[in-house]
Order: sequence, then structure tokens, then C-alpha cells
Amino acid sequence: MSTSTSPIGAGANVPAAKTTFKAPHRVGAPPLHGAGSVVVENVAKATDSTAGGLPVLGRPTGKTDRFNGMTGAQILLQMLLEHGVTDAFGYPGGAILPTFDQLYEKQLNFILVRHEQGAGHMADGYARATGKPGIVIVTSGPGATNTVTPLATAYMDSIPMIVFSGQVRSYLIGNDAFQEADVTGITRPVTKRNYLVKNVRDLPRIINEAFIIATTGRPGPVLVDLPVDVTTGKIEDAVDDTPYLPGYKIYKAGHSKMVKAAADLINASERPVLYVGGGVILSQAWPHVREIARKGNIPTTTTLLGLGAFDENSPLSLHMLGMHGSAYANYAVQESDCLIAVGARFDDRVTGNLKLFAPKAKIVHVDIDPSSISKNVKVDVPVVGDARLCLEEMLGLIESRPRSSWLSQVARWKAAFPFAYKDDTALSKPQAVIEAINKVTGGKAVFTTGVGQHQMWAAQFVRWSVPRSMITSGGLGTMGFGLPAAIGAQVGRPNELVIDIDGDASYMMTAMELATMSQYNLPVKVAILNNRFQGMVRQWQQLFYKGRFSHSEMVNPDFAAMAESFGIRGLRCHRKEDLIQCVEEMVNHPGPCVVDFLCETDENVYPMVASGKGLHEMELGTVGSAAPNSAREMGTLA
Amino acid sequence: MRHILTATVMNEPGVLAHVANMFSARGFNIDSLVVGRTEDPNFSRMTIVVTADERTLDQVRKQLAKIVTVVKVRDYKETPYVSRDLMLIKLSAASNSRSEIIELAALFRGRVVDVGMSSLMVELSGEEEKLDAFVELVRPYGIRELARTGVIAMSRGAATNAATDEEVRTDQRPTAVRAAARQPLSGKRQPTQQELEATPPG
Repeated sequence: MSTSTSPIGAGANVPAAKTTFKAPHRVGAPPLHGAGSVVVENVAKATDSTAGGLPVLGRPTGKTDRFNGMTGAQILLQMLLEHGVTDAFGYPGGAILPTFDQLYEKQLNFILVRHEQGAGHMADGYARATGKPGIVIVTSGPGATNTVTPLATAYMDSIPMIVFSGQVRSYLIGNDAFQEADVTGITRPVTKRNYLVKNVRDLPRIINEAFIIATTGRPGPVLVDLPVDVTTGKIEDAVDDTPYLPGYKIYKAGHSKMVKAAADLINASERPVLYVGGGVILSQAWPHVREIARKGNIPTTTTLLGLGAFDENSPLSLHMLGMHGSAYANYAVQESDCLIAVGARFDDRVTGNLKLFAPKAKIVHVDIDPSSISKNVKVDVPVVGDARLCLEEMLGLIESRPRSSWLSQVARWKAAFPFAYKDDTALSKPQAVIEAINKVTGGKAVFTTGVGQHQMWAAQFVRWSVPRSMITSGGLGTMGFGLPAAIGAQVGRPNELVIDIDGDASYMMTAMELATMSQYNLPVKVAILNNRFQGMVRQWQQLFYKGRFSHSEMVNPDFAAMAESFGIRGLRCHRKEDLIQCVEEMVNHPGPCVVDFLCETDENVYPMVASGKGLHEMELGTVGSAAPNSAREMGTLA
Repeated sequence: MRHILTATVMNEPGVLAHVANMFSARGFNIDSLVVGRTEDPNFSRMTIVVTADERTLDQVRKQLAKIVTVVKVRDYKETPYVSRDLMLIKLSAASNSRSEIIELAALFRGRVVDVGMSSLMVELSGEEEKLDAFVELVRPYGIRELARTGVIAMSRGAATNAATDEEVRTDQRPTAVRAAARQPLSGKRQPTQQELEATPPG
């Protein structure tokens, strides 16, 4: 079905052009990672639509002899460059050596990691920070299996990433050869698509397909397994590199009937809430979200992955919702009569008990993945399509309405239940450290986190306003994500301040990547909130397991001395009076820097919606302690 | 509720594993899954029988369609269709019971495909229920071995689920297909489903 006239576009941060095509469309040979700019139905039309700043490779796909005489490894490197790849992460090994030999000339900025898991998370952090796909190159067997956690992390959070793994020679596959593993079998459930290349002649087509699949639609990770005889094998005559993806559909603009229905529902609502997820970041729909909120006076809450999509300094911002979200976001959702979910998937950490979730609301769901619609929550108006294109169309239909009684209700909640903690211990409260970081940076930095209490406090106490400034493992909850993700983000945005807000337990899972940071002198700042515990595990054991702290206490090294041993500036902050000064020293240090912030152990994250509870039944803890005891007293929650 | 879905998939290694894995990973129950070649060597066709409520069926369909190597998905909830299951059954058949079994097989439009001194093999195709009925009828004679293919299905009328057919949106009911199914069959009148299945009572 594919013909040979489509140019290949590259580049990520491209504003989407208005399209009049109806979704979905079969993919013939669409341009690559153009964020929603081109709909390809008739391949011949694609040439026109790539205008608008897409760096086009200027080379059509199709039968070509340009690979004649090249080995698979040479083709891989050349095509990576053609697809706009400038940076890659990985680790060599026997089965991928032909490819690494090509990297010797340094046409790519290649980052040698210390563990392949680090390479995966770095590529992930890179992708989240830049919008470009992250590239990983590793060897067969253990090299490839070490990328499984990063693949699963990227798959859960819909992050574009391509892993190229070595594989034993194709005639040895299945013989239990040295460093052989069934990598396509192992990674199938955690990739959007994976390939075992069996013939070097298929390689150009597969690389094109890998970039399309990873970066279009709902993005996700792709793995390409490369046997040695493919990377060393030569192409001798013309091959066809046209992508062949008959089963792949990319949803673009939403159905205009559904967009209209959604707008009607929103216009008729008295108490609407916008609930914004990572899809808004992925599709670059944040200007549209902000405009719709402003126009309709719609209070807006974001998920963990949506942080930065909305300006939290706005009075309309409800900050994050969910298990550890703000009380006012959760109350607003429960009280809302129209919940507008955009690029979010009603994760259990967001909804709490599904039966009690948003009981009074009609639900609008804008999502590019039809399988997300009505998966967890029954949706009243589904809009399947790219968030940016759908909201662009919806924007014109949203009526300007004051909604003053709803806004004043929301303002009362915000005043009564702010995120809060008691500063009543000798050691710093972890929240105070994050407040200090927020104060010194003004929230204007790229932040990454590990997973646990510190992650939730970062979400709560940094005032997010910039898209792609929060890089965190949401769906999979991968501890150890913070440090490598920060390194990847720094590689992608070399001139910006990148801070990993980490926990001591998360940090130790991938701390060997300090050596990578040091080797490439990447000026990442690491702020370790050191409470000598797996904090979130400790919190749950305290609340639900009678304080039996089974294997959650950590004995840590001296983090500052450890960093120094890697040639990285190491600081220790153990007095709360020094917090601001320490943060300033960290931020102003020109190179990489690790700061060990000694924190109070027995601090819990609040609010907290215990499992099985509805969002309005959250434990408020220290939140709103100076305020009425419940929203009921605030007069609206029946 | 029991539902039949067909999926046209790319004919390459790993697709069956992907589909089967998706079902187990998401906790969907498969009653049967049949894969076979189609008229186009690039594509295979899977027929999947699932027990699911309406909402689960919707998820199954969407999750199937999401797999990149799955080209098309259709369920037959609102579409007239023909379904068939094929069975080979080997029965104990001493000389005194042999003719009874042959008679039963004939009533069910089955064929005797192998005869031995003490055994007899019958080939039988039709809807699952018909095969079930036959199995129960012959059980007293002694079943030595039984193999069934599982169900394959195809919609009535001109519309198809072939990869080359016009786009079928997987996120909504395939209206084009329904419309085609409602049209009268062209040419000579074809037997209806009931007529086709009007086998002797079992």
C-alpha cells in the first residue's frame, strides 16, 4: 500500500498544523516525529503537509540503492543521523561491537553509562526534557535485559524511546549461545513494538518504522534487536525502506461532533474541572489548556505527569490531584458537575475508589488512545484524537463564563487546605528542603525525582509552571529513576539547571551513574532528602502494618564523601538554618554537585487517600490543621 | 456473554504470542483462539472466542486494535455471521456398535474417515453446539481421542475483514459492515443460518 513519495521529517517541537482529515488514518509512510503536523492517508499528499518548519530530510523513502555496499552498522549510524539523532546512551559488548565501531568517529554524542538501566532512564529523561526520542544502544543478553525496567517505565508513561540491542548471530538464535536471550520475547509486553531483524535488507525499513512508532500517536518505546550478522552484513543492491505499517493507526483531529458535544457539556456546566495529564505535555497542548481554563474560568488540576502543563501560580490552578494531591483538587473533582480529562488515563492513584470517583460529574475524555476511553471510568463524551488538535478546535466553542460562585468555593478550599507541614523537629523537614529549592530556583529548573515520599513532596512543594520541567516515573514508579533521568535531561538541555530531587533509597539504586556524570562533566545537581529510610514504605508500615518496619531502614554511605570520590562536589546539610545557603551553593556550583540533606525520618506525606477510599475521604494530616476539619464544614460537600 | 472476534494480523513471528500475552496480562478469558492463513500470504486471521461483559468486550477489541501488528479487529455482536468448528473424534467401535455410530454420524452430516477393528474416526463440522451434542450422544460408546479446531467465523454479506478492505474504525461499531449485512444477498436466495444449521435433533 505504501508508495515512495513521502519525505521523512524530523524534529520534535513543531507546532501542529491544522488538519482537516478525519482520524484515524492508516499509515503508509508518514513523516517522522512531527508532533501532529501531518496526516497521511494518501502518501502523495504528505509532501505538501510537511511544511511549517519541519526539518525534512529531503529524501523520499522507497526503492533505493543508496545503501549499496554499506554494512548494517553503517546503515544504522547513518539513519540515526538522518532521523535527527544527536545524542545516544549505552554500553558496548560483544554482540553490538560492529555498531560501536561505527560510533568511534564520534558523529554522535554518545554517553557511556555504568549500567544499561541507567542508559534507558537517561534516554527516557532526555526524551521527556526535549520531546525527541531517546536512543539506547546496548549489547545482547544481559545488556538488553537490563533495559527492561526502563522500557517498562517509558511504556507506562508513553515516552518515545528506541533501544537497539545486539543479538547473537541469527543462525545461533535458539541455541542458548553465549549472552543470548529471547529479547523480543522478554520485551514484547513493555514495548509499543519490537523487532528482531533477520536480514540486513530489512534494516532501513525497520529503522524508519521504529521512529514512526516511537514518536507518533501515543508515543512509546520500541526495541530493535540486531544480530551480529545483520550489523556486519552488507546490502549489495537496491532495497525498499518504505515503512510498512498496515495495522498502525494514528489518531489526529477529534471527531468534530464529539468536540462539539464536549464543548456543549462544558458550557452548560456550573462546576467544571479540567484534569490534565502527561498527554498534554506530549502533544504540546499546554497553551490550549491554559486558554480554555482562562476563557471558561475552569479550575484546573494536573496529574503527576501533567505538572508544568498548567501554571500553578494561577488562581485557577488546583495543583496535583489524587492519592497525595491537594485537598482542594480532590474536593473540587468530587464536587464537580463536569470533569474534563485531557491526556490523562484515570489511574488508580488519581481516582481512589472508582465507585466514589467524581459522583456528580459528567465526564469528557480527550485521549489519543481509544483503549484509554472508558477503561477505568465510564466516559460520557469521548474525544479520540491528539490533545492539541482537539483542544484547538474546542477552544473556539468554549463560552466565556464567570462561574464566580464555583471559583469562590474553590478559593475558599485553597485558603483552608494548603499543603502544609509542622516545622517542629531539630532536623529539617523534607518539605522544607524542597521549599528552599523552590525559593532559590523560582521553580525554573528541570527537575527529576526518584519514587516515594520525596517525589510526592516535590510535586506538592515546587510551584510548577513550565512544561517539561518535571521528569518523574509516574506509572511504573521506578525507584532509581532520578539520577540517570537527570543526566539524560542535562544532555538534552546542556545549558539549563537540572536538579534531581532524590530520596536516599531511590538514589542508591542507580548511584553508580555518578561516574557517568563525572566522566562527561555534566553539571547535574542532586539533592538527596536523606531520612535513612524507604520513606513511603515506612509510612505505609506505620499506617497499615502497626509500625512493624520490616526491611525499610537504610544504612547509607556518606553521600558527600561518596560523590567526592567520583570527582563530584559533595556537600552535607544537617542544620535547618543552613538550608537556603546549601541550596544556593549547590545551584551556583558550576559542575556536578551532590548535597546530602539530612532530614527528619518520621514525616508522612499528606493529604493521603488510603486505598479503597474516595478522594474526599482523604486523611488531611498536617494539611489545613488551622482550618475547619472537613470540607463538609466548608458548606458544600454533602 | 460469549463473543466472537476476528483479528487480521501481520503474518510474522511473535504476533500470536503478543495477542495471547495481552489477553493474559489484562486478565481477559479466552475460550478459544484459532490462527490460520488467509488469501493474502502477508496476513493471518485469528478467531477469538471470549466470555466477557459488554464493557470488557469493548476493552478487548480496543486493546487488540492497539497492537501494531494487528491490522483489523471485528466483533460479531451485531452482525449476522457464520461460525464453524471442526472435530475429529475417535470412538471405540466393536462390530456390534459400529453401524449405530455410522448412522449417528450420518444424521449429523459427519463423515467416517477411518475404520479399524475396534475403533472408528468421525470428522464433523458445524456450530459448536452441534458438535457438543454429537459428543454427548456418542460418549456411551467410549471416546478414545478428540480434537477440535475451535471456532472460526465470517460475517454474512459482501463486507469483509480482509486487510485490504476499506478502513474499519475500531473504536466504534463498524456501521458499513452492518449496512452491508442488511442488504439482500445478491443472486439466488441463499439458505439462512437456521436452515443451514437445521440438523437432526441431537
